Amino acid sequence: MAIADVKDYAHLTDEEVEQLGRELDAIRAEIEESRSAADAAYINRLIKIQRGLATAGRVVLFASAHSKRAGKPAWALGTGLLGTAKILENMEIGHNVMHGQWDWMNDPEIHSSNWEWDTAQPAEQWKHSHNYVHHQFTNVLGHDNDIGYGILRMAREQKWHPFNLGQPVYNALLASLFQWGVALHDLDIEAIRKGKKDPKEMKRQLKQIWRKGRNQVLKDYVVYPALSGKNWKSTLTANATANFTHNVWSYMIIFCGHFPDGALHFTEEELEDETRSEWYLRQMLGSANFEGGPLLHVMSGSLGYQIEHHLFPDLPSNRYPEIAVRVRALCDKYDIPYTTGPLFKQYGQTLRTITKLSVPNSWTSSDQPEPPTPSIDRGRKTDDERPTRRSELGAWSRSASEVRA
Amino acid sequence: MCSLNFMPSWTRVRRAGSTLTTPLHPDDYLRLLNPLWSARELRGRIEEVVPETEDAATLVIQPGWGWHYDHRPGQYVGIGVQVDGKFQWRSYSVSSPPKRRRRTISISVRAMPEGLLSAHLVKELEPGTVVRLALPEGDFVLPDPPPPKILFLVGGSGITPVMAMLRTLDRRRTMPDVVLHYSSPNADRMIFRDELSDLEERHEGLAIHRLHTDTDGMLELAALDEICPDWRNRETWACGPGPMLDAITEHYEEAWLEKQLHLERFSLELGGDGGEGGSITFRNSNKTVEVDGATTVLEAGEQAGVGMPYGCRMGICHTCTLTLVSGRVRDLRSGDEYAQPNERVQTCITAAVGDCTLDI
Repeated sequence: MAIADVKDYAHLTDEEVEQLGRELDAIRAEIEESRSAADAAYINRLIKIQRGLATAGRVVLFASAHSKRAGKPAWALGTGLLGTAKILENMEIGHNVMHGQWDWMNDPEIHSSNWEWDTAQPAEQWKHSHNYVHHQFTNVLGHDNDIGYGILRMAREQKWHPFNLGQPVYNALLASLFQWGVALHDLDIEAIRKGKKDPKEMKRQLKQIWRKGRNQVLKDYVVYPALSGKNWKSTLTANATANFTHNVWSYMIIFCGHFPDGALHFTEEELEDETRSEWYLRQMLGSANFEGGPLLHVMSGSLGYQIEHHLFPDLPSNRYPEIAVRVRALCDKYDIPYTTGPLFKQYGQTLRTITKLSVPNSWTSSDQPEPPTPSIDRGRKTDDERPTRRSELGAWSRSASEVRA
Repeated sequence: MCSLNFMPSWTRVRRAGSTLTTPLHPDDYLRLLNPLWSARELRGRIEEVVPETEDAATLVIQPGWGWHYDHRPGQYVGIGVQVDGKFQWRSYSVSSPPKRRRRTISISVRAMPEGLLSAHLVKELEPGTVVRLALPEGDFVLPDPPPPKILFLVGGSGITPVMAMLRTLDRRRTMPDVVLHYSSPNADRMIFRDELSDLEERHEGLAIHRLHTDTDGMLELAALDEICPDWRNRETWACGPGPMLDAITEHYEEAWLEKQLHLERFSLELGGDGGEGGSITFRNSNKTVEVDGATTVLEAGEQAGVGMPYGCRMGICHTCTLTLVSGRVRDLRSGDEYAQPNERVQTCITAAVGDCTLDI
């Protein structure tokens, strides 16, 4: 069941929701106030480790290609180092820097305005499709393109089509080619299919993707293998394996953010006259955490704290664990569900949903929990009373300006 | 001269190396080996902190890659220091003469009673600290060759750029007929006291007039006729506190001599017309704020809670530069307007002219 009004679902009065909002604002203010040299040291240390791992991986692979004795163990070691470096770079560093989590340091080298990450999607497009579209319209059907990424049917409210029968296969393909799927994400395939996309904007984006993708491919599949001389094949397969690992890992972590049971979807009505506090509530109901040790959390870009990340996308990720304790206490206090579980369970539920939704609804049952109380009609505003709101997606800000080249 | 030929080719090597490090630059890795091996953001290492007076010190800095050592005597540089995790920027005049061989630059800083950063620089900065730098800027410079007759009017730490000029004249052995008036609260607080006496001894052309304002009061410009009877025939450089410079400007204007007066102020004065205001949208942060024409884009972003990068806040260091996606902004200093799509604009000295959108 998609939720039309988060307050109804969570059986809270307006006043309670506003109070919750104030408490969350207070957490934000406190964390912002206490950002210090220790936080700066965290991200700088992480960047150092990541670049060290990447260099070590490339060097070991180079050595393994040029030495007869090193052989397979060196290949495996190099691949592992490189894959780990790529995961760290994308998740805990790139994703979080581009959210502006470290902008407060006023360091142009670690800043959302110019960070570029080691993946096929250009940073500029990611910041639009992710920071804006996904984080603003989280889990709202028809608005958040991250619900199934335009190829998977992830909510029972989405209409079934025979095309969906292939979902398990598309899912496997998406997992293994994840960065390329993400690269095309901001193009908004749905809009292109419906002929709603501005062709000039599309051309500009495609050019940007082509340039970024070309450099990425050249690096991993041409230049480094070429440096390995006649053993170019071993470097090529190592790089491909590292990229594959990083694709599958990021795919799995990201799919555990909003698709496990308990992470709810919302209808467009929820967006109408939604207050800041209701937005908070929607983020809490629409996101799912997973449990694990510090290493797992760092390797997954702190997205195991998906709920906290969605409440405060631009607070430093190293502070999420302490924020989580307080958010969880708030959930208890207001009797709001806090969805979490071990990683394998969360991903298992996601996989089950992907499979179930490949067939028509009538063949399967829903795994979503029922709302705690029946919803009440609160007499929300009619369409005429509501302010108009931009509904189109994808580069809205750019197509609005005609001066753009 | 071989180092001159070496540099461009080394730059070329690094550029080629970026095919291996894309989307990063080789410098992003090299700086982890040596913090000065990066030209992405200019860096420098504090080599020495030389106390000058009780509350002033000279910082000797070894700049990293990308620094050209071609500052003109009298120019200032931006220095960015991380305090509590956050880079804070200020600008200070370079006090060392332009010299390629020594590979260091010096800036002299006086700790201001309320200036947290200047106090940090003078009292807490340890040798070895890596700081960020911004390239030299400023029109308060000495021409080469220098004019035959010069008057310097200096108050307090305003001596710093003038010191760079005097050292240059000394080093190039081109000291012309120079009169220096130097106001300072008392003898102890005179930066470069000993060096100035030494210069005065060695150069016949240099005459120094010292004024201790604690005991003898502020400089009366009417007294200029006594201190330096031929001041009307001298090219003049003045640097010091705002009120002193205002008085000097007035005095020169009354004598119709403002053309031969060069001034250096340490604070930005936003003159000219403001913008027209409008609503500024910060695209990636999804925030919009309504502002008037006197509010800079930077202030607007800070009001809206956007994590704006900034440095000097006076249009020097370009740390605050962002991409203007659409709309129009006006430079509050010059009145120039920027409206090209994707133009990079300095947010600290521009204000909105109508609605505009920035990429942050």
